[in-house]
Amino acid sequence: MLSIKNLHVSINGKEIIKALDLEVNAGEVHAIMGPNGTGKSTLAAVIAGREIFEVTEGEILFEGKNLLEMPIEDRARAGVFLGFQYPIEIPGVSMTNFMRTAIDEIREYRGEKPMTAGEFLKYMKEKQKLVELQSKLSGRSVNEGFSGGEKKKNEIFQMAMLEPKLSFLDETDSGLDIDALRVVANGVNKLKSPDNATVVITHYQRLLDYIVPDFVHIMYNGRIVKTGDKDLALVLEEKGYDWIKKELGEELN
Amino acid sequence: MKTKEIAINLKNELLNQFEQHFDVFASANSDFVKDRRRKAAKIFKEIGFPSRNLESWRKTDLTKVLSKDYALNLSSKLEKNNIHDFFSCEINQFDTDLYTQVNGWCVEKQESPKVYENGCIVGSIKAAMHQYPELFEKHYGKYVTNEKNGLIALNSAIFSDGYFIYIPDGVDQDRTLQMVNIINSKKHEFVNARNLVILGKNARLKLVHCDDSIEFKNSLINSVTEVFIDSGAKLDYYKLQNKDEEAVILTNTFFHQEADSSLMSNTLILNGGLVRNDINVLLNGRGANADVVGLYLVDGKQFVDNHIYIDHAVSNCTSNTTFKGIADDEARSVFNGHVLVRQDAQQTLAFQNNHNIQLTNTSKIDTHPFLEIYADDVKCSHGATVGQLDKEALFYIMQRGICERNAKMLLMLAFVGEIVNKISLPTVQEYSHDLVTRRLKGELSACDQCSIECADPDKPLVFEIDMSKV
Repeated sequence: MLSIKNLHVSINGKEIIKALDLEVNAGEVHAIMGPNGTGKSTLAAVIAGREIFEVTEGEILFEGKNLLEMPIEDRARAGVFLGFQYPIEIPGVSMTNFMRTAIDEIREYRGEKPMTAGEFLKYMKEKQKLVELQSKLSGRSVNEGFSGGEKKKNEIFQMAMLEPKLSFLDETDSGLDIDALRVVANGVNKLKSPDNATVVITHYQRLLDYIVPDFVHIMYNGRIVKTGDKDLALVLEEKGYDWIKKELGEELN
Repeated sequence: MKTKEIAINLKNELLNQFEQHFDVFASANSDFVKDRRRKAAKIFKEIGFPSRNLESWRKTDLTKVLSKDYALNLSSKLEKNNIHDFFSCEINQFDTDLYTQVNGWCVEKQESPKVYENGCIVGSIKAAMHQYPELFEKHYGKYVTNEKNGLIALNSAIFSDGYFIYIPDGVDQDRTLQMVNIINSKKHEFVNARNLVILGKNARLKLVHCDDSIEFKNSLINSVTEVFIDSGAKLDYYKLQNKDEEAVILTNTFFHQEADSSLMSNTLILNGGLVRNDINVLLNGRGANADVVGLYLVDGKQFVDNHIYIDHAVSNCTSNTTFKGIADDEARSVFNGHVLVRQDAQQTLAFQNNHNIQLTNTSKIDTHPFLEIYADDVKCSHGATVGQLDKEALFYIMQRGICERNAKMLLMLAFVGEIVNKISLPTVQEYSHDLVTRRLKGELSACDQCSIECADPDKPLVFEIDMSKV
């Protein structure tokens, strides 16, 4: 589904991602871990199409298509979703209107019939229930006045609404208490299917107690330096990132 | 040094016409009005049109618009022609009592103002000054606080007509009144409209004032509106300006508020070549409250200048000024907010905000917030911003599959929503929301038809000519 080869990304002339390779197939759950400032969020942002980053080398293919040539909205319509680390508050834009506009445009892109107002509201309610988002959404602006936990749940709710093929969840677990974490993880698990894939970016092994990954990648200094199964996260939790640094010491120097 | 006077030709022509036709256009006027007209003409002769040498006109250059060749409506011949163009505007889905002015003349079916069962009087100011001289003379000219303004002096000298509204003490006028000022002419009209609104004690009124144009011709409206809001009275005032790109609108509005009165003034400026609004509020009685809000959407080479002056003359009053604007292309907007808190005006609450979005580098936005405070026990604040659309928010919205154009639209609608949502009349709010949306989408251009039709854009504008009057 997603194939990244030899990706190099810079911002203001500073290289952040260096020769990164990653393959994600349908039905898989990947976790990317690693210390701060190693380029995890940059990777997610580049895939979503954030323009401040410059791809200097390499390619990203999504279902065979060159993702880097697609505008932001077309990537989303084709099925790429980014769960934001810091969801943006947009005062004055109602959640309902926001989701309605998004779904209308995505359906049009896919050549599907638009939903009627009734169908849409029913669909929205179903998805809200699915991801256990109890907060009343109608009449509220996007993320405005939402608590930290609500904002993250809202990201998962939007993911449920848009039914993406590939979701990058950028530190969706940070700042969550254990109950909210469980709700977010349950949402992700319920949305999992053989046709879609999820990549969770996280600092902590904690999330992986709830979302069991098929692959764990450790990212360090702009590259994926180690890949393993879910047990790699446990080793990392036990030994800390210094272990990775030590192990890589020779190579990096 | 003698300041260079602008538009001397037009000024002289106006003064000539004033002298020549005075006996005709003021023939039916009382001595009171005649006297006022002459005094005002004298002031206008002295000071002329405002020039950019005046601080408050520094950003608004009238030279170009005043050098055009206007049709002046002072002689009886023109007056007759206009009076007999008896238009009535068909509107739909907008439940108001409609009063129409065409080229500055009221065109109601009956010449006398309408008297409602509850005692409200609504109609032509020209007719009202004869039928209700006591009421008229008690209020007319009393609330104009800036005599030394050439435009006001000119208006007082040669005004043609305008609307007169009187709501008696204690009356809640449940019908929303709508005043539509239409320019429909093959010539370049120069219109001086004069309006007077009087709310008695504890009276209630909802008033919608629309400035629309039909013909794509240069026109200039110079209007003066005086509003007296007696103690405990409440006025909702909505002004909608949607003119073509060649149109010039210069308005001076004076609100005089007594104790515990309440004003909501909402100005929506959707289109216009050059728009200058001066809104003056005098809070003259304890406990009075004024909300003065507005929205301007400018593109092309449009120019909009709003001057809001709030005078806290006594204690315990509140005022809230919020204007928002979006400027596209090479358009320019100016906001000038001045809140004066006089020495005796303790316990004043006064807030002033102006927020702008600049869509292009070639558009220009000026904002001048200003507080002048002489009392020491007050709570006042002001804030002004000029910015672009939030890039982070745009990215967030587009990441959900929404194209850039619609993402910008969502953000712009959210930005202007604060003003539109303040409209308390549901029909007006809905209609304004629709207009603003269409305007931002570029679907509502300078009006080639009365914008009121936008509630039902498929229905053509229908003018009924009342043949009995011809």
